[in-house]
Amino acid sequence: MEVRELICIGCPMGCPLKVELVQGQALKVTGNNCGRGEAYAKKEVSHPARIVTSSVKVEGGTQKVVSVKTKEDIPKEKIFDVIKCLKDIKVQAPVHIGDVVVRNAAGTGVDIVATRTVTTGP
Amino acid sequence: MLKYEIVIVGGGPAGLAAAIAAKEHGAASILVLERDGELGGILNQCIHNGFGLHTFKEELTGPEYAARFIDRLFQAGITYKLNTMVMDISADKVVTAINREDGMIEIHARAVILAMGCRERSRGALNIPGFRPAGVFSAGTAQRLVNIEGCLPGRKIVILGSGDIGLIMARRMALEGARVQVVAELLPYSSGLKRNIVQCLDDFGIPLKLRHTVVNIHGKKRVEGVTIAQVDERQKPISGSEIYYECDTLLLSCGLIPENELSKTLGVQLNPVTSGPLVNECLETSVEGIFACGNVLHVHDLVDFVSQEAAAAGTYAASYIKNSTGHEKSRDIPISAESGVRYTVPNTVHPQRMEEKLTVRFRVGDVYKNCYVSVYVDEKRLIHRKKQVMAPGEMEEVILNKEELEAYPGMSKITVKLEED
Repeated sequence: MEVRELICIGCPMGCPLKVELVQGQALKVTGNNCGRGEAYAKKEVSHPARIVTSSVKVEGGTQKVVSVKTKEDIPKEKIFDVIKCLKDIKVQAPVHIGDVVVRNAAGTGVDIVATRTVTTGP
Repeated sequence: MLKYEIVIVGGGPAGLAAAIAAKEHGAASILVLERDGELGGILNQCIHNGFGLHTFKEELTGPEYAARFIDRLFQAGITYKLNTMVMDISADKVVTAINREDGMIEIHARAVILAMGCRERSRGALNIPGFRPAGVFSAGTAQRLVNIEGCLPGRKIVILGSGDIGLIMARRMALEGARVQVVAELLPYSSGLKRNIVQCLDDFGIPLKLRHTVVNIHGKKRVEGVTIAQVDERQKPISGSEIYYECDTLLLSCGLIPENELSKTLGVQLNPVTSGPLVNECLETSVEGIFACGNVLHVHDLVDFVSQEAAAAGTYAASYIKNSTGHEKSRDIPISAESGVRYTVPNTVHPQRMEEKLTVRFRVGDVYKNCYVSVYVDEKRLIHRKKQVMAPGEMEEVILNKEELEAYPGMSKITVKLEED
């Protein structure tokens, strides 16, 4: 049986996790202080995923860029594909929190949404 | 002269939460003064996720977290002024501020809440030898440039210091196409959160060199490279361990310092360990009616705890103006931080005045494994709690019970310390 040691990224506590693996499948998770830790450990050993945050250009707004995020976590190996698809995006102000900026980013099935409001301005 | 019951200096996470709580607890007129062009403070440039797990039970980005509080401030009809710099606060609570619309204004307050936050330790405070070329930024400045101004400060990056902002910026620069070569940390451990080491460095294959520091910055007009060396136990560079890294940018993430110039002029007593005000359990400073919360009081890791602390300050300030009596200081019992505990907030507690429970937050001075956190009332041990790991980068807490403390009416001191068994 293989044992993998992880640090939970579910919240800032950073619990040290031990995952007992049989044929790549998580059998038992210890060291977690909440359900989020167990879910993270099971996902991390099979399909690691991350929420990606970045920014895209805004035209006609009070500031030049607006911050965005993937609405849900996406497969870790897709991080740079998602970032790439944001490179040439320009949105028109006003932008509101939660507005969809890109649908189905890089084929992940996950939308990119704005995380702040940018009003029209100089 | 303008008159408000409560004036709050700073419209970041602390100022916002303090204002909302003060309003909810009956303060009728509140004014928030913010020197930036928008409310929200540093959260606006912290576009990464991980905020609000304690407060909202979901993971938000900085601007989203700020927006929730800003919305509540609007709904509560709390007055605020942007682009307004506070110049002075007097002990009789006249706040002098300046902006382009009103010019110089004087505001008379019955209570003042200090919520100015903190700032980054600069190159000048770090004594790094070498030239002074362009390309040396604090990590927070780089964060603002990328996330708000929309420009990349450099393409080949070295980061000194593994504070959270440095770690977050390592990932951010990597995502924006820059090459982050190395993060060097003087101490044998990172002062950042563990999750940030995993998702900002490990995920991107960025090496973290502990016990290393920058010993030279090369380049005259622009940074051309830096030399990094290993340090010994006394943090002196070890000769022969130097490595040269070619880079155009050096980011510094070497600690945060509470911004207390206003507090000092006002005569507020500061704690030399935190550089923040000394406060009682109501978060009131040594000057009556002046309260402090958030990073101006002590630097936090989590904004959720800033919001909690600030809400407490707002609540106490509201009750102070209602009762309009000075807090009797003679019965304040000092809380002493000893053996491994660097400091506590608050610094005193008044057992009769305190609420049912009081959260005392503290930091430890080193990495401790399998230690006990103990609380003593004079010689009597009240709390003895085992902790697997404690590190200076993670704020700890103990909770004091009014009922338990009141059993010792003659007590002279409360001590928070670490014990091996």
